[in-house]
Amino acid sequence: MRHALLGSHLTAALLAAATPAFAAPSPSDPLGSVMWEALREQYFADAPVVFDNAVKVTAPASAEDTRAVPLSVDATALGQVVEMLAIADLNPFPLILRYHPGTAAPYIATRIKIQQATAVRGAARTADGVWHVSGVLVDAAGGGCSAPPVSYAQKDWADHVGKVQARLWPADSDGVARLRLRIRHPNDTGLVDGIPAFFVETLTVQAQTPGGPAELARIDSLEPVSENPVYSLDVRPPPDAKALVLRGRDNQGGEIDAIIPMPPPGARPAMTLRPTDPMRSVGQ
Amino acid sequence: MTMKLLRRLALAAALTAGLATAAQAAGPLTYDLKPTRIAPDTYVFEGSTKHFTRANGGNILNSGFIVTSDGVIVIQTGPSRRYGEEMRAAIRKVTDKPIRKVFISNLHPDYWLGSQAFADVPVAALPGTIAGIQEEGNGIADNMYRLVGDWMRGTEVTVPTEPVYGSTVKFGDHRLRLIPLAGHTAADLMILDETTGVLFAGGVVFCNRTPTTPHASIADWLKELDAVDALDIRLLVPNHGNIRPDKACVAQTRDWLTWLDGTLRHAMDSGMDMAEALELPIPERFAVLDVLREEYRRSVAHLWPKIEQESLPKVN
Repeated sequence: MRHALLGSHLTAALLAAATPAFAAPSPSDPLGSVMWEALREQYFADAPVVFDNAVKVTAPASAEDTRAVPLSVDATALGQVVEMLAIADLNPFPLILRYHPGTAAPYIATRIKIQQATAVRGAARTADGVWHVSGVLVDAAGGGCSAPPVSYAQKDWADHVGKVQARLWPADSDGVARLRLRIRHPNDTGLVDGIPAFFVETLTVQAQTPGGPAELARIDSLEPVSENPVYSLDVRPPPDAKALVLRGRDNQGGEIDAIIPMPPPGARPAMTLRPTDPMRSVGQ
Repeated sequence: MTMKLLRRLALAAALTAGLATAAQAAGPLTYDLKPTRIAPDTYVFEGSTKHFTRANGGNILNSGFIVTSDGVIVIQTGPSRRYGEEMRAAIRKVTDKPIRKVFISNLHPDYWLGSQAFADVPVAALPGTIAGIQEEGNGIADNMYRLVGDWMRGTEVTVPTEPVYGSTVKFGDHRLRLIPLAGHTAADLMILDETTGVLFAGGVVFCNRTPTTPHASIADWLKELDAVDALDIRLLVPNHGNIRPDKACVAQTRDWLTWLDGTLRHAMDSGMDMAEALELPIPERFAVLDVLREEYRRSVAHLWPKIEQESLPKVN
């Protein structure tokens, strides 16, 4: 991390000195990542980009397990969002996922691999085409992307690829229902010697309704998502939904197909974390 | 084109600056270990209750030694070769009796990375600890180099040489009961000196320091605490935290583990995500535990994925 931070200061200094020669392409990165300019060009091209704390990115300041770092991107404060990205700047594959929230609330949480200490970002594109970006720094021992998956230690791992665990909580008063998905899959990056890339690529959540299937949300998932990928989404199932359907595919054509039942009667909507009451919480 | 060149220049400058910083860090480092006599023939080197840092060099443990008429028994060797060497020199100032044996309570780094300084004597541990160090020792050592830096210089993985089992062994005028347990890690060795009533509890009990869970099974750990409660002891030496003449910290460790496990299970069942669980409120009564929020977050990383896997319904 020290290298990255020093690099950023120097980059900032050099760019500042050179500024008259360039039209400022975007505001300077609050996280001071050496990769930001390159990533901005790669993922946002000519689209307007603003750093905006309305996008709330949650990840631990220090990664305890570089193969499974919790990450959530919450852009609900922006209202309507068309597309979301999660990026880990210094990963061999920086793009973690693209989320198309559709009718869902613009919130997604997952667990990711990181290869070294890095800036981790969330970006949300609003209907006016502007990307709203924010992020946090995650310190790490490293190696998460090039560590072999644990899956292969189990002889019967291939029998379980594509098995889904899932739970849908009832909708809250705004019609938003928490959905959690866990998919058995090695989600291999291809960076381990002799093991080709093998990861979940697309996931679509639909509602089964009397009028046919209705798409609720779609995830384009990539290499940095952890082995046995886990996602939390906040979907809006239509009132006449009989069940949700998860359909997906990995990069080798393997299919994922599961029916997620509606919550049982009497179940309660998901709990959201209220702003911490300092009288009740210690150790912040 | 110019932009790319600038970026390359910046990277090169950053790398050079990084190397210079690393070189400056070298200097005389010492743990300044001073033994405290806690019972007849029994001494402890009391460490900090913080996490591993470049300031404390990983000295976050209470290592100890017992001077028996048949030689010195050493309990835990610390986080680095330097610690082990300084420990041995400090023991030498107390007694000129030879080191008879070293006991290692579990595979966590601060218990055994100093064993290089005791390579000429038997280093004893439970078979599960030996297997764990063989499997994970290099990774554990690498991470310590990252966390505390130059304090680790010259430290190499030294695997314990002698497997021990539940038994009572006599060293001169001291009878030591070796108590094998599992829960904090897959193999936890407690050592009760029946002669003095001092229990070296290893990682089974934490005292005013937040318990760590990288290899823990909470259900088994709670059973370990019951086992400690059943023992007749005069002084309890936890590897981390305060030494006490009572079992208050057995209750404190149980309270924390019960709260932690129950809170994470409830949060999972309530639909909360792991990232949100990192920020859950911690009750006021735990404010006495050092490195509280930091260790809590580490525990979320250790425990949450397993709870999730157990509790989410299978749908295909």
